[in-house]
Amino acid sequence: MSDSEVTRQGLRGTRPDREALIGVAAGRDGEQPPGGDTEFTSYYGRPVINSPVWESPDIPGYLFLGGLAGAASLLASGADLTRRPELARVAKAGAFGGAALSVAALVHDLGKPGRFLNMLRVFKVTSPMSVGSWLLAGFTPLAGISTVSAWTGRAPRWGATATAGAAALGPAVAAYTAALVSDTAVPAWHDGYREMPFVFVGSGATAAGGLGLLAAPAAQAAPARNMATFGVATELTSGQWMEHRLGMVAEPYSSGRSGRYMRAGKVLSVVGLAGALLGRGNRLVNALSGATLLAASAATRWGVFHAGTASADDPKYTVVPQRERLRRGEQARSGDAHTAPPDRTH
Amino acid sequence: MATNSHALYGEADPATLGGYDEPPPRMGFFTDTSVCIGCKACEVACKEWNAIPEDGLVFTGMSYDNSEGLGADTWRHVAFIEQRKPLAMQDPGVQHEDVDVLALASQGSGTPPEQARITPTTPGEPGQMRWLMASDVCKHCTHAACLDVCPTGSLFRTEFGTVVVQEDICNGCGYCIPACPYGVIDQRQEDGRAWKCTLCYDRLSGGMEPACAKACPTDSIQFGPLDELRERARGRVDQLVEAGETGARLYGEDPHDGVGGDGAFFLLMDEPEVYGFPPDPVVTTRDLPAMWRCVGAAALTLAATAAASFAGAMFGRRP
Repeated sequence: MSDSEVTRQGLRGTRPDREALIGVAAGRDGEQPPGGDTEFTSYYGRPVINSPVWESPDIPGYLFLGGLAGAASLLASGADLTRRPELARVAKAGAFGGAALSVAALVHDLGKPGRFLNMLRVFKVTSPMSVGSWLLAGFTPLAGISTVSAWTGRAPRWGATATAGAAALGPAVAAYTAALVSDTAVPAWHDGYREMPFVFVGSGATAAGGLGLLAAPAAQAAPARNMATFGVATELTSGQWMEHRLGMVAEPYSSGRSGRYMRAGKVLSVVGLAGALLGRGNRLVNALSGATLLAASAATRWGVFHAGTASADDPKYTVVPQRERLRRGEQARSGDAHTAPPDRTH
Repeated sequence: MATNSHALYGEADPATLGGYDEPPPRMGFFTDTSVCIGCKACEVACKEWNAIPEDGLVFTGMSYDNSEGLGADTWRHVAFIEQRKPLAMQDPGVQHEDVDVLALASQGSGTPPEQARITPTTPGEPGQMRWLMASDVCKHCTHAACLDVCPTGSLFRTEFGTVVVQEDICNGCGYCIPACPYGVIDQRQEDGRAWKCTLCYDRLSGGMEPACAKACPTDSIQFGPLDELRERARGRVDQLVEAGETGARLYGEDPHDGVGGDGAFFLLMDEPEVYGFPPDPVVTTRDLPAMWRCVGAAALTLAATAAASFAGAMFGRRP
């Protein structure tokens, strides 16, 4: 409110401020500036695309558990083949538990959980969620049979077959969620589709390796340590490359809440891996390192999840890259016009 | 794979792609925003006909726009944009910054018209102000990401080439929502399912035009066979440009754009992002074959590493 006074002789005191500014006076054609330095226009700073309605912890948890399950099934199969029964039991339980909880998280996030079986109404290769539902529908029972057999000692032949079956589907289970998030209009997810599968399998391997270190005896934990080493290396390098390639769209991966999760993921990965490599043979150090690696994998998934929603909520990440693409297209076309031989222009 | 790629982007007839043998002509909307008066009759008619629940009565402060954007319960949305830009051939005469109205008021109401600086017939110096209005709606894309990613088959392509949600199938997974490059489809909080414009599939099936087009008093919303609408729209743009409105352009009309052309396209007076549209939308599934290839490569990498982890452990045991 202003304290100016309107009298018959005119205005006394200060003039009232005009708050409802329009046009250039309000900056950027009247819309509320959404922050950041990049020049672009938007409709009152509102997002162009609708942000995912997926919620935390359901969906980041689903991504994390799916990765854990897929990579753990490989660990289980390898442990069976190389006669590491303790590691095998742990990994089988991880594969089954991860997959079952992953499905539970997905169902819980549905708007109509009672209709979750509609996921299996059709099979659509254009829908990574359809492909994933069918993968999990095959993988989860196999991992379940494998786990029950390993922990009860019953039906070993069924158990071995199921373990092998789960391991055959495992890599796909660990990787498909990358296509699931990338096959959207969410800039930080879609644009990273080349590296995302490697970030996700790396994160899955980190988690499964961490689980092996956490729960298996030190004498049998060497493959888990190797897997975690690979996982951390893949996750960090592909994640770094993705952020480098995406340019401004990668901002949410290093700033805000998502940035904090991503940084936590990196730090925990390195700390956990250092512990696993330096503390070989020590049961307690192994366990602590394993838990740290599991947390690292989860932090990365939470980071990717929140980076996506942050990039969807700010119109900048949708408008600026598309404008840039149009500009480059126009340049290329005008470049063609200049360099085209005369006989091609009618 | 080549035919599959073609199904994911480029020029196509969506109904034929969707499996209809001899579909009727593709139907759509041409929304000519140059004649929109912002009456919101389309919003109301849409809500009434489709029995869409009330979704909050709010004051946004965004000009006359209080419905904010398309969503589960807003299938037509009228945008209002106030700009300091000239409108061709028109003199809105609203620029009075150099006039001290209070000083004028102090002269009393008896100023003879020839001495008055402003009267209803002499509106002062010509200024620059225009008010853009545009009724937004689902684009019914040729290559619809929402439909492609729907895991239940709830979203389907009608014989008219439009995209419709079957609400008795939708399980509320929400995948279609971030897949839409225009931010159209959304989840209804109360029932968890995804909802959007059906281009009044029920009315079309009964030979009637959609409710919004029927209600539009200025024919800003035009409904008809898409080919016809495209031709009419090109004529209208030429007319506007000739009249000096050089900012007039069509949006979503080009079958070679990133979504293969929209079933509902627009005539805009400014850049698309001014109205909240993406300037160069691309259907996300265009890149899906490449995504699956990357996923395959990553999955193989993981399998190979698992093998290497055990092999490495073997060497580690017997150094």
